[in-house]
Amino acid sequence: MVHWTDEERQAISSTWAEINVEEVGHQALARVLVVYPWTQRYFSTFGNVSNATAIAGNPKVRAHGKRVLDALGDAITHLDNVKATYAKLSQLHSEKLHVDPENFRLLGETLIISLAAQFGAVFTPDIQAAWQKLLAVVTAALSKQYY
Amino acid sequence: MPLTDADKNHVRSIWSKASGKAEELGAQALARMLEAFPNTKTYFSHYSDLSVKSGQVHVHGKKIIDALTDAVNHIDDITGAMSALSTKHAHTLRVDPANFKTLSHTILVVLAIYFPADFTPEVHLAIDKFLAEVSYALAEKYR
Repeated sequence: MVHWTDEERQAISSTWAEINVEEVGHQALARVLVVYPWTQRYFSTFGNVSNATAIAGNPKVRAHGKRVLDALGDAITHLDNVKATYAKLSQLHSEKLHVDPENFRLLGETLIISLAAQFGAVFTPDIQAAWQKLLAVVTAALSKQYY
Repeated sequence: MPLTDADKNHVRSIWSKASGKAEELGAQALARMLEAFPNTKTYFSHYSDLSVKSGQVHVHGKKIIDALTDAVNHIDDITGAMSALSTKHAHTLRVDPANFKTLSHTILVVLAIYFPADFTPEVHLAIDKFLAEVSYALAEKYR
C-alpha cells in the first residue's frame, strides 16, 4: 500500500480542485501526440491526428483527454487503493487496447508539464513532487494487469 | 531523430528568453529534480541545502543553463560543444546518464512555468529533441 503524507494529499487535492479537467486533459493528450508522434498509432479512429494543428482542433482528442483526466480523478478519490480502483482499466489497456505501458509514463510527463503551464509558479517544487509520485503510482497500477 | 531547421528555430527562439534568466531557471530545474527524484540527491551530498533557496543550487543551476546556451549557440555541433563537459561527467563526476533524462524533464517543466505562451507543443517537441541530443553528447565519453 502506498503511504501518503498529509502534505502530499493536500498538494494533490488542492491542485485538483482548480484544474479545468477538459482543458488540461486536452493539453496533456495533445502534447503526447505532438511530442511523441509514434503514439498516434493508438488513435487511428480519431480522424486527422497527423500534425499539431489537426491535433489541437480534433474534438475526439479533446473528448478523450477529458476521459483520461476523469479517470485520474477516480484515482485521486481512492488514493489509498489506486491498484484496485484501476484493475479493470489496466486489464482493458492490456488485453483490448494493447497499449505499451511506456505510454503511461509519457502521458504522466506531459500532464505534469500541462499543469506547470496552467499554474505557473503556484505549481511549487513540493506540489510537483507529490504529483510525480501520484503519476508513478497511477502508471504502476495501470501496468499491473499486464502479462 | 535529428533536429530539423524548424526545430532549431523553435529552440533558438525560446532560448533567447531563457538564457536571460539562467540562474532562476537553473535553480528551479535543479531543485525540482532533487525534490521529486530523490535518487538524484546522491550526487549532491556535499550541498548543505538542496532547496530552491540554496545559494549552491543557484550557482550550479546557472552553470547548467549557461552550458545549454552554449549548446544552442553551437546547435549544428552539439557533440563538439559538449566535449569537455562530457569528459568531466564521464571521468570525474560519473553521473549515471539515466539522470540526464530526469533533469531534461524538470527543465521542460520550468520552461512551461516561465514561458507558458511560448512553450507550445511544437516548441516542447523541439526542446525535447534538443535536450535528448545534449544528453547523448554528454554521455559520449562514458565508455
